[in-house]
Amino acid sequence: MTQIIWDGLFVGSFYALIALGYSMVYGIIKLLNFAHGDIYMLGAFIGFVMLTSMGGLPGALSIGALLVVLLVSMAATGGAGVLIERFAYRPLRKAPRLAVLITAVGVSFTLQYGVSAIMGPNPRSYPVRLEGDVFDILGARISLPQVLLMAIAAILMISLNTYIQKTSTGRAMRSISLDMKGSLLMGINVNSVITRTFFIGSALAGAAGVMSGAYYGKIDFMMGFLIGLKAFTAAVIGGIGNIQGAMLGGLVLGLLEAFGASVFGGEWRDVFSFVVLILFLTLRPTGILGERVTERV
Amino acid sequence: MSPVAAKVSGLLESKYLGWIALAAALLAPLLTASPYSLNVMTTAAIFVMLAAGLNIVVGYCGLLDLGYIAFMAVGAYTSGIVSRAFDLPLFFTIPAVLVMTILAGLIIGAPTLRLRSDYLAIVTLGFGEITRITANNLAVTGGPSGIYGIPKLLTFGDFSVHSPAVFYYVTILIVAFFVLASARLGKSRLGRAWRFVREDEDAAEAMGIHTYKVKLMAYIFGAVWGGFAGVLFASHLTAISPKTFIFLQSALVLMAVVLGGMGNMRGVVVGALVISLLPEMLRDLSEYRYLAFGLLLVVAMVFRPKGLWPARPHEDERKKNKEPQETAVDAAVSRGESR
Repeated sequence: MTQIIWDGLFVGSFYALIALGYSMVYGIIKLLNFAHGDIYMLGAFIGFVMLTSMGGLPGALSIGALLVVLLVSMAATGGAGVLIERFAYRPLRKAPRLAVLITAVGVSFTLQYGVSAIMGPNPRSYPVRLEGDVFDILGARISLPQVLLMAIAAILMISLNTYIQKTSTGRAMRSISLDMKGSLLMGINVNSVITRTFFIGSALAGAAGVMSGAYYGKIDFMMGFLIGLKAFTAAVIGGIGNIQGAMLGGLVLGLLEAFGASVFGGEWRDVFSFVVLILFLTLRPTGILGERVTERV
Repeated sequence: MSPVAAKVSGLLESKYLGWIALAAALLAPLLTASPYSLNVMTTAAIFVMLAAGLNIVVGYCGLLDLGYIAFMAVGAYTSGIVSRAFDLPLFFTIPAVLVMTILAGLIIGAPTLRLRSDYLAIVTLGFGEITRITANNLAVTGGPSGIYGIPKLLTFGDFSVHSPAVFYYVTILIVAFFVLASARLGKSRLGRAWRFVREDEDAAEAMGIHTYKVKLMAYIFGAVWGGFAGVLFASHLTAISPKTFIFLQSALVLMAVVLGGMGNMRGVVVGALVISLLPEMLRDLSEYRYLAFGLLLVVAMVFRPKGLWPARPHEDERKKNKEPQETAVDAAVSRGESR
């Protein structure tokens, strides 16, 4: 039982990290960034390339090296997110919603098959594998890397939350999500704030990519597809556009999935989370923490 | 417009274009009838049918469906399972396929069509995956290895519709019927309602169109088209497995619709033929093929957000009088300036 809860929370913290990017972008420009899951994949591959080029590392150094790689990959995926926003989404900011959605699908496709063309379509195994002591807490087997990764995820999420609540850029983000034109008239540099949003969201997804590569040890060019869907589900559960909601939604989805898998069997895990998504959209489309949004004409 | 260009565009707008295309499709086996080319052409025809169905949902009604291949899977699996269980030719499974695809359309459409269209997009994406994973997990669908030995479409005594050339002709006629039907549907009262909903859902609602019902109808029609394409597909390959119905396939059908020109049946047919035949011609470049498709999709949307060959609006004259009035702030936002 505690094992299931722990596993759920662990997987959930990955979902939460990715869901944050979805939710931030959606909150600000009402765009479903389908390519977000693929940014996660891109992060995993950037980390892979860097770790491979470093060659064999002694075990003691691997955690430190991993942290450096994590930061560099975050910067790189953040940059990729900014480029995507600039060249694919910004020209379409006033276009019909359908055109923007199709562009997002196109970006996702480009990232997937671009990585596949460069790195090959077969799965790669990560050169660094996090291993550590396993200890028992209340009957759950918890390993040191799991604790470490969850701590990193928590630090990232808390600093993001502080950034959004306390800094002026964060205030600008919240203001744009309420009223873009009003913010523009109040002297907010809307484009630069949107660029920053994409940078932060993509960097968090990239961090999740490196972390999952190092933990699970295997990456491939389609790895972002399913987790992108799950992260969206998490964002919807928490209330899309809501930052704390995305974190909560990720953890809730992780828990639900862990329980669902233990009841219905592991092969139904993904089906179960989509059913949760559809149920939420039917019964409470605003999510747990979301407010009712009226669509303005 | 130069005389040549005028002639070409006249030909493209000609109402006989569809019949010319049908004649070309029927005559094609006279040029080349090797098993390989018949196989490629039959597959392309089935793909055209899929694109025609998705065009109803995406092109006419403006709803993005990213799991369209799931309806093809529902159709193919239903006909495969029913025909094997009762030892029937595939033709007689059509009522079951109809019921199942309509049901699938309702299950996925009913909860999501009330929401914003972007939710629909991602839910259909999830639905596509659910269908594939379910087919992979269940025993009745044959698990990962799928169903094989699917009976023929129709048998009259000794005469079977399954020699490749005969099957090609049957496919062409069925696909032509469905393409014609969806083109006619686009011009019907319902079709006009779909386009109204696509252009402005609130205005449509205000003018008394039951937008939810109309969207659900688009969704169900799309589902039925996909289901029948699935029957043809099962009959063509005589074996189906979950691996056939991955997201990539949904994305390819979507590309055919988008690049061909959303809402324009002729463009969609051309798009479907290009998307399905091009890879056969560019075998060497297969690694970069999907990368190119992805880039093309982005570039097409940035420069021609209505598709390469969009439906020609009939309301040109009236639109001119009513230019949307842009405020200064709107203009600044669209120019990408901030101050």
